[in-house]
Amino acid sequence: MEKINTSFSRRSFLKSSVLASGGLMISFSGLSKYMPEDNIKPINLADEWNELTGYIKITSDNIIKILNPNPEFGQNVMTSLPMIVAEELDVDWKKVVVEMGPHDNVKLGPQFTGGSNSVRMYWKPLREAGAAARQMLREAAAQTWHVPMDEVTTKAGMLYHEKSGKSGTYGDFATLAAAIPIPKGVTLKDIKSFNVVGNSSKNVEGLKIVTGKPLFALDHDYEGMLIAMIEHPPAFGKKLKSFDASEALKMPGIKDVFSLKLYEDGYEQTGFDTRTFNDLLVVVGNTTWEVMNARKKLKVTWEPTSDTKEVIGGFRGKTEVIIPAGLESTSSHLEKMTEYAKKPAQQLRKDGDPETAFANAAQILERTYTAPFLAHNCMEPMNYFAHVTDEKALLIGPHQAPGWIEPTLAKILNLPPDKIEIQMTRMGGGFGLRAYGHYLTEAALISRKVKAPVKLVYSREDDMTYGIYRPMYTATYRAALDANKNIIAFHVKGGGIPEHPVHANRFPAGAIDNYLAEGWAIPSNITIGAFRAPRSNFNAAAEQSFLDELAEMVGKDPIEFRLELLKRAKENPVGKNNDYDADRYVGVLNLLKEKSGWNNPENKKYSRGVAAYFCHNSYAAHVVDIVKKDGQPYVERVFSVVDCGVVINPDAAVNMVQGAVVDGIGNAFYGGLTHKDGASEQNNFNRYRMIRYKEAPKKIDVSFVKNDVDPTGLGEPPFPPVFAAVANALYKNTGKRFYDQPFGKFIELNRQRM
Amino acid sequence: MATFNLDINGKKQTLDVDPKTPLLWVLREHLKLVGTKYGCGIAQCGACTVHFEGNAVRSCSLPVSAAANKKITTIEGLSENGDHPVQKAWLEHDVAQCGYCQTGQIMSATALLNKNANPTDEQIEAAMSGNICRCGTYVRIREAILSASSKK
Repeated sequence: MEKINTSFSRRSFLKSSVLASGGLMISFSGLSKYMPEDNIKPINLADEWNELTGYIKITSDNIIKILNPNPEFGQNVMTSLPMIVAEELDVDWKKVVVEMGPHDNVKLGPQFTGGSNSVRMYWKPLREAGAAARQMLREAAAQTWHVPMDEVTTKAGMLYHEKSGKSGTYGDFATLAAAIPIPKGVTLKDIKSFNVVGNSSKNVEGLKIVTGKPLFALDHDYEGMLIAMIEHPPAFGKKLKSFDASEALKMPGIKDVFSLKLYEDGYEQTGFDTRTFNDLLVVVGNTTWEVMNARKKLKVTWEPTSDTKEVIGGFRGKTEVIIPAGLESTSSHLEKMTEYAKKPAQQLRKDGDPETAFANAAQILERTYTAPFLAHNCMEPMNYFAHVTDEKALLIGPHQAPGWIEPTLAKILNLPPDKIEIQMTRMGGGFGLRAYGHYLTEAALISRKVKAPVKLVYSREDDMTYGIYRPMYTATYRAALDANKNIIAFHVKGGGIPEHPVHANRFPAGAIDNYLAEGWAIPSNITIGAFRAPRSNFNAAAEQSFLDELAEMVGKDPIEFRLELLKRAKENPVGKNNDYDADRYVGVLNLLKEKSGWNNPENKKYSRGVAAYFCHNSYAAHVVDIVKKDGQPYVERVFSVVDCGVVINPDAAVNMVQGAVVDGIGNAFYGGLTHKDGASEQNNFNRYRMIRYKEAPKKIDVSFVKNDVDPTGLGEPPFPPVFAAVANALYKNTGKRFYDQPFGKFIELNRQRM
Repeated sequence: MATFNLDINGKKQTLDVDPKTPLLWVLREHLKLVGTKYGCGIAQCGACTVHFEGNAVRSCSLPVSAAANKKITTIEGLSENGDHPVQKAWLEHDVAQCGYCQTGQIMSATALLNKNANPTDEQIEAAMSGNICRCGTYVRIREAILSASSKK
């Protein structure tokens, strides 16, 4: 077992978490929630934890532990997923201790954070796990008391047999229950009788967060650990040619400088094996600061890349992609996008006869929208700990999908999966970037090469300039009106670098007789990846701004205008495969009207913008209220409504929506990464502007549509519509429509002109 | 290398280290006080905020030589068990999402409230705008500061 050196005094519980399942687990986050660690210590011995389903462990003295299966990156799964188990297990949530589970896709499910899926995909399995364990405990009690199981009831971690007056704790029966096979076909609670789910619970790691305990991989220290950093090429389209490390090697604390190849030629990537640079120049030393300094002494020659063929496998089959050579710039990107927008594109959906409708239109509204590359900028830069030998690999750190990276590691390291142990740490943000595992694979190869435990650390600059960005996008929207200002045709043609953003079957598809959606893409060597609501985060911005302008053109209130279109989509839908439920869409808009006081005269002092969007099976809508502050438009308050079905942990869900709103305002005003000759023009927060305290709203009022629908996504859906709500409010405030993100650039310009 | 007398969280200690090493890395890598976070290295994000003679400073840009013989407080020195009023307010409002920036936020807020128990909105803005929260928890940071200030 690895020895951990943590900075604060930790006792034997760190070493004693050898679980009854036989899994070897270093529990550096320890047990969370209410239970002082000192109380845990005497009972936290391997053979005393009885495992009831993979998720639940109970000691004979009634300590109830629930494992969180999914990687936590701030979306609250460490709290909300165990709450689901606790609900069906019927325990007192206040007495439950929570622990991050090991990577074990057999016992703990898919273990993937992304696509707003955590609660969605675990809702049923976790309810079943809790209900199954409860049934096993009842059966154990029934056997012991010699009574029928049907007569054994539970309440808050206790078992009762009313007729005989017998009772006992879950702990009393845990050993026996653990020997009972996990039942199938268990009965779940009626949602209306829930008392854990639906009641706000504090973050189980809150105390550790506010006291600065080493929750993050960057904070952990291991016996004999070295620090590695990679000197990546200074631009996309460049690669390592040669280097002279003689000066760097003389620097204090430096152990080694070498180059290594990430993927061998012909390596077949999975969809999440994206990497920007393959030839790595690695500096290894004792401390981060020493390695940072030594990097400055490297003498490196870079050379241009050639067109490169990448083979990408996956469940949709193998595809080959040519990554073009060349040093790309934002100015040429914009020119190319304008050029491609005029070319014929791939048809994605067509209803009716849009060409004829446009030809016969009394009026046409056409608008083009653009958005830049966005960097994820997780506050904890990419890093990973690896200790790889010829026999096995231990990897510890922040990653959204251990089950996806394990097969990659197995191939790269030529080790069987059962010799690869991945431990999940709390992530300092993820936003999609940490679904990709290049930094993890890099760490593994570096550890194997230097034959030592290594932590690979990205500096902020490394992190921001590496790539895997939200793509650069554009879309042109057109609407055709007849003489009575009825919308007779709608056309969206979207493109991007290097993918198009269009979701052809989303609203307003289904609401307009003649509809056309098209997409095109420009190849690039700037790598892209998932970023909070991929594609949707641009579509919503463009489409919902366009609908606002269209509503104004036809002389209708923007909410009423949307409701009319949705009425049509519900009563007489056009086409097939419309990817939304018009009723739930209407539901969020109606609740938003009420909550925001949309028609309330006293709100006229605000410049108000509205937008709504559907993605990840959920519906979100916002009203953004802008005022002038120091002569500049400022979003003072926001009203948000979300329909994501049953809400597990309401206050944490509110926090998530508030964060999405702030994230959206920030990216709408300031976000953007530009390039010149292949190099990112922003590499740290002095040039990449992030929203700050003074720019955030004072109040974000969040409401959820109440229903019993199984939970749908929450982390992403509130984010996309924020951009358009901001644009639409800015129009009211400045009299100017905003088409190109980030909007702040143009507001600053206006101010300078004045 | 040079020897420095450090006074961190009331504990006096001597350390032999390159004088140019930023206090951040001395705290994290030499003293294993990892509650102070690395975020940008150029004093732009505030994740590394500590108190220097009671003032909030960015430890990533403060060489250890400048910190010698000065009173330095890190998040670990704010309270024994997380029961400082600002930490309690942070828990009450369940501010954190990912949590990475929050120790820096708390150190900035505490420095402000230590000097000004009832700050105005503008004063809070001035004190807190050097700390980035990528998760966007600013609304709750504001609520927590206001509730900590009224309790003082």
